[in-house]
Amino acid sequence: MASKRANQELPVIARFEVRYRNYLAPDGSINRPLPAFASDARLLVALYRFMLLLRLFDRKAVALQRTGRLGTYAVSLGQEAVSVGIASAMREEDVLLPSYRDNGALIWRGVKLEEILLFWGGDERGNHFSGPEHDFPFCVPVGSQAPHAAGVAYAFKLRKEPRVAVCMFGDGATSKGDVYEAMNFAGVHNLPVVFVATNNQWAISVPLRQQTACETLAQKAIAAGFTGEQVDGSDVLAVRAAAEEAITAAREGKGPRFIEAVTYRLSDHTTSDDASRYRSPDEVQAHWKKEPIARLRSYLLSRKMWSKADEEKLAADCNERIEAAVERYLATAPRRPETMFDHLYANLPEAYAAQRRELAGERDA
Amino acid sequence: MPEMTLVEAVNLALARAMQDDPGVVVLGEDVGINGGVFRATAGLQKRFGSERVLDTPLAELLISGLCVGMAAQGLKPVGEIQFMGFIYPCLDQLVNHASRMRNRTQGRLTCPMVLRTPHGAGIRAPEHHSESTEAMLAHIPGLRVVMPSSPESAYGLLLAAIRDPDPVVFLEPTRLYRAAKGEVEDNGEALPLDHAFVLRDGRDITIISWGAALKETTAAADPLSAEGISAEIIDLATLKPYDEDAVLSSVAKTGRCLIVHEAARTGGFGAEIAATLAERGLASLLAPVTRVTGYDTIIPMARLEQYYMPSVERIVTAARKLCQFS
Repeated sequence: MASKRANQELPVIARFEVRYRNYLAPDGSINRPLPAFASDARLLVALYRFMLLLRLFDRKAVALQRTGRLGTYAVSLGQEAVSVGIASAMREEDVLLPSYRDNGALIWRGVKLEEILLFWGGDERGNHFSGPEHDFPFCVPVGSQAPHAAGVAYAFKLRKEPRVAVCMFGDGATSKGDVYEAMNFAGVHNLPVVFVATNNQWAISVPLRQQTACETLAQKAIAAGFTGEQVDGSDVLAVRAAAEEAITAAREGKGPRFIEAVTYRLSDHTTSDDASRYRSPDEVQAHWKKEPIARLRSYLLSRKMWSKADEEKLAADCNERIEAAVERYLATAPRRPETMFDHLYANLPEAYAAQRRELAGERDA
Repeated sequence: MPEMTLVEAVNLALARAMQDDPGVVVLGEDVGINGGVFRATAGLQKRFGSERVLDTPLAELLISGLCVGMAAQGLKPVGEIQFMGFIYPCLDQLVNHASRMRNRTQGRLTCPMVLRTPHGAGIRAPEHHSESTEAMLAHIPGLRVVMPSSPESAYGLLLAAIRDPDPVVFLEPTRLYRAAKGEVEDNGEALPLDHAFVLRDGRDITIISWGAALKETTAAADPLSAEGISAEIIDLATLKPYDEDAVLSSVAKTGRCLIVHEAARTGGFGAEIAATLAERGLASLLAPVTRVTGYDTIIPMARLEQYYMPSVERIVTAARKLCQFS
C-alpha cells in the first residue's frame, strides 16, 4: 500500500487527448453545427455523385470478376465516404499515396474508370493513369507506402513548395513498423503529410481488437508527436472537414496530422474472400444502417439539395459512364509480351535485351 | 593526383555529386555531424546543410522508403545503411518498390536512388557486421548492384550510380575503406556501370572477383606468375546487370575460369557466372569452372573470420589446380 500512495504522489508530466468528429447522424439529421463548406450545395452534390459512382462501379467490377473478365478486386462498399471525402480536400498538386481500396480517391482525382479496371485486370498500364502524374499507384504491400509519403513530403519541405502528401491505408497497416517509422520521421521534421487510416474494423478476418489494444488508432499519432483525430468515416462531411483542416495545416507548415476514419467494410475483403466465414450477418446488417450514401442522401433531400428525379438521372448517368468504361477496358488489347522489358530500366541493359529478343521471337543479333 | 583511401574517395564523390546537383540528398544514421560511422559523409553536413545531409531516426526500412518517396519526387537520395547486416529491413522497399516503380507505372514515376552500405568481413567487427549478401540483391529485377574495389572505382562508380536514372545498391568493401589507397582525381568523371574492368592482363587463367575479395585475388597474381601462371584478373564491379561479354571474351582467351567471392558459396553470384559459361562459353573451357568462396556457414565472428574468407593461398592453390587440369 505504501507504493500505491507513493505512485499517487508522482506528478503527471504529459496529458494527451483524442477528439472525435461527426456532423451527420445515420438518419441524416445534424448532430453539431456544420462546417462552412456544407453550405456549398454543388460540393455536397459532387461528394454524393462520386460516392454513388464508386458504389455502382464496384458492383460492376465484381460482376466482371465473377464472369472471368477482371482479376481480384477490392470493393469499397460502406466506406465510400473516406476515399471520396479525403480526396475532395486535396489540391491537384498534392500527392496521393493510396492503398488498394482507395479507388474513390483516384476517381475523384481524375483517374479514368477504365484505367482502374485495366490495373485490376492485370495490366500495368492502368497505373499510367490520367490522374495527377505525380500521384502514386495503388500500394498492395500493406502500409509500405507510408515511408514514401514522408519522403515526398520531405522533398516538398526541402524545395519550399506548399504541397501536401496524403497517405491512405487501413486499420491493419497501423500494426506495421512502416507506418510508425514514417509517422515518427514526419513528426521529427514537421513534414507536410496527412496520414489517413480507414478503420473499417476488419483486416481480412482479423478484427480491430486483435490488431491493437489501443482505444483509438488516432492516438498512435501521439507517439509520433502530432495530433490524431478520430472521425465518423461514414459521415462524408466529417471526413471532408477533418481532411480540409489537416491538409491546410500541413500546407501552412504546421506539420503532419493523422486522421482515423471509423467506418465499416460491408463487403468481403476482396472478390477472393468470403466474410461470412468470420463475422455474423447481424453485425453486417447493423452497419448497413449507418452507411454513408443513404446518410448523405437523407441530408440532401431534407435540405432540398437533391430530389428523386436527380437520383434517377444520376444512377442512369453513372451506369452509362461505367458501361462505356467497361467497353473501353474490354476493348484494350494486351500489350505485346516483350513489352514487359520496356520499363524495367531507363535503358535496357544488353544482357536483358537479349532476353527481350528471345521473347519477341527475334533472332539474336 | 592526390592519394587517398577508399572511404575518402567515397566522400569526395558524394561532395562532388552534391555540388553538381542540388537534388542530391544524403540521409542515414549518424551521417550528419558525426560524418558516418566510417566517416564516408564527413564534412558534408557542414558544407551542404542539415536539410541535404540529414540524420534519420534509427530505422533502416524508413531510410530506404524515404529514398523511394524522394526519388519519385525528383530528388536524388543517397541513403546509407551502416552495415550490410542491417540492410534486410530495406528488402521490402527494394523488391516491392524501388526496383519496380518505373515498371509498375510504365515510366510515369521513377526511382533514381542509391543505397550505400559497407559489406564484408575482416575488421574484427561485432556479430552481424560482416555479411556479403550481394547475390540476394542481384536477384532483384530492376535493381543495379555495384561493388567498387579501389579508391578510383569507388569515386567513379559512385558518381555513375548517383547519376543513374534507376535504383542502385552500392556495396562498399569495409576492410578496404582505409587499407586501399590510390590516386584519385576529383574531375567529376564517372566510370561506366554494367561494365567489368580488367585489372591485369593474363593468358592462362581468368580470375573473376569483386568488392573486398579483390584484395586477395590481386595478391594471388604475383605468386602465380612466379610459378609461370599468367592470370587475368577481372573486377566485375557491377553485379547486376553483369558484363557477360567481358567474362566470355576473357575465358575465350584463357580457357580457364576461377571465381572468387567472400559470400557463401550456395546461390552466390559465382554460380551465375558459372552458369553463363556453361551456357555460352563451354567450347572455350579447358578445365572446370571453379569457385573459391566463403563457406556455407554463418560467417564466424572475429576469432575465426580469417578462416572463412578466401585467402591468397586458397586462390593460388585453386588456380594452380585449374592450370594443371587435363
